[in-house]
Amino acid sequence: MTKTKHYWNNYQKEIAEDNYFYERSCIRQSFFPGSETTFLKILREELGKTIIDDPNQHTCTGIGYHSDVVPFDTTMTICARLFSLMKDAGLKNYVPSCVTSFGVFTEVIETWQNSPEELEKTRNFLRQATGREFDIPENIVHPSDIIYKYRKELKSKMKYQLVNHKTGEPLKAVEHIGCHYGKIFSKHAIGGAEFPQVLAGMIEEWGGEVIDYPERRHCCGFGFRQYLVMANRGYSVANTKKKFESMQAYKPDFILTNCPGCTMFMDRWQYTIAEMEGITYDDEHMGIPVLTYEELAGLLLGYNPWDLGLQLHQVQAESLLNKIGIEYDPKDKFVGKSGTFLGEPEKPKNLIVDYEK
Amino acid sequence: MKNKSVIVIGAGVAGIEAASNIADQGYSVTLIEKKDVLGGNLTNYAKLFPNFADADEVKNNLINNLSTKKVEILKNNDITKLFFENDKWHAVNSQNQTYSADVALLTTGFTVFDAKRKEELGYGIYDNVITSLEFESMYKTGKITTKQGNIPKRIAFLNCVGSRDEKVGNHYCSRVCCINAVKQATEFKTLYPESEAYCFYMDIRMAGQFYEELYRKSQEENNVIYIRGRISEAAATIDNRIQIKTEDTLTGLPLKMTVDLLVLMVGMEASEATSNLSKQNEINGEYGFAKSLGLHGNDNKTTKKGLFLAGSCKRPLNIPEAIADARAAALQITQYLNNLQ
Repeated sequence: MTKTKHYWNNYQKEIAEDNYFYERSCIRQSFFPGSETTFLKILREELGKTIIDDPNQHTCTGIGYHSDVVPFDTTMTICARLFSLMKDAGLKNYVPSCVTSFGVFTEVIETWQNSPEELEKTRNFLRQATGREFDIPENIVHPSDIIYKYRKELKSKMKYQLVNHKTGEPLKAVEHIGCHYGKIFSKHAIGGAEFPQVLAGMIEEWGGEVIDYPERRHCCGFGFRQYLVMANRGYSVANTKKKFESMQAYKPDFILTNCPGCTMFMDRWQYTIAEMEGITYDDEHMGIPVLTYEELAGLLLGYNPWDLGLQLHQVQAESLLNKIGIEYDPKDKFVGKSGTFLGEPEKPKNLIVDYEK
Repeated sequence: MKNKSVIVIGAGVAGIEAASNIADQGYSVTLIEKKDVLGGNLTNYAKLFPNFADADEVKNNLINNLSTKKVEILKNNDITKLFFENDKWHAVNSQNQTYSADVALLTTGFTVFDAKRKEELGYGIYDNVITSLEFESMYKTGKITTKQGNIPKRIAFLNCVGSRDEKVGNHYCSRVCCINAVKQATEFKTLYPESEAYCFYMDIRMAGQFYEELYRKSQEENNVIYIRGRISEAAATIDNRIQIKTEDTLTGLPLKMTVDLLVLMVGMEASEATSNLSKQNEINGEYGFAKSLGLHGNDNKTTKKGLFLAGSCKRPLNIPEAIADARAAALQITQYLNNLQ
């Protein structure tokens, strides 16, 4: 892709400078347990920002809402309760960790802006149920927006770059944006819906090269109706397979995502496809590592890969660590915080997980 | 020379033809054009549908005819203001020069839809996604090639880019893109019979004379293939080809295809001058086009005394329609001026 043709730079949005209220994802802490902690650490320790992680927070209802089991009135009221926690904290900038939550909140706020009677109804529901009051956030952004905003500042603190330390060549990255980041309202996405820049901007700033492959905009396989209904799960795998077949020729070094589902399925389905068909999409049969943007930022800042939780990925990340030249101790990989060896997980048949440094 | 005067704003097909016809009646005419050449959008075309008439020849005939008339022609003159004061119409250009006359005729026409607004089609991103205008420019050189200089083995034309599209706010049909795609696909297949040409459409609208015949001929003699489906996404492949996705709505099946060149048949939108000048005079209609007094019978008049319209500033028109409309406007204007005498 010719770099001068980034006309999607026209899509920009306001991202608050500081004083954020953080809302965690329902599923990220299970799938990629180091990511949210790393985000908070980066904001507080690297960027010196204030960000509140309130223990009273709860679901946004996103999965239930998109599965048609939670009515929209309920969703609006539950979102309103989260906003009331932000009000209690004296903050006005809301930052939901999950892309689906981000989509839900922007949809709810857009509804209130266009239908003030819905806002009043929600205020009454919340008041009757909890006695609480809330304010609509002045600024609502996804955490990837904040990392994008401060990508240059973070670069100045980074120990590593997205460059093959042996060849000096930029590493090739596939970026994949969660649908609910920009496809609900393109105005809320840096770069718009078709060619979002939020992850591409990080990759390019940190020395890597973004691959523009034909199925770049295709679904990752996390479509709610595809994976929630077991009978439909074949569609989920088929979607992911289509993407991997399309990106394979470009030989990506890693995949970067900003959605819990995209990270999960593009990582785990590589194992599934390998087991089903004996296929992997890299030359070494080790799979293509899939990282969250917090994990990538943490790695380049020099954080210990095992503190970031990379050992809990299905596709192991050592191939990428070795290319960047990141120092790590393989012996620490499965040692818990208490210093106790936790045991090694069972090894898959077709997806190689053993690495020689 | 009669002592009444007319300013014609825009020297495209309608402006040139109207100016010629008004001057024929002995009125003083000033034709004002923002560019340094006459001909408007006609200058962008090589051949014209449905008979492959040479566009330069059509344009030159109009200009040559104009040159025999007493018409003052002002080029590089961008009119930004138009207003009525002291019984005269006053047109002011970007250098603040004012031209005044008894009558103003808007022939400010259309501009083509900016294909970048249909982001999913990759125009401005991928080299081998081009517009129908760029196809015309290339065809003028006698060949059609990819950005890499190769003859396309497979080409696709996509209709309704910026027309009949709620997402971009244009519900209307631009009326010329269907037949233009048939023409361009035929031209391509005539140049390269061994290559494949596909036209993707929602409906094929062949309402003009000889359009249907050309559409049929393109299938029977040139093997152009028509697929009813709107392309939802275009993306580049590793070898700089373009992967397109659509649904063949006649078979009800999704379709993915890789082509060497994708041509976007860009629709017609009101030009900036059309929108601005009609808005200033409260004659703005739908989608930024100017609004006539009445479609049936008063299509060249406006609600403003002495302000007339002709050509595609009102709605998408093809070239014969624009010429006929310009002549009708000229007649309306001369009748109006005769009554002022």
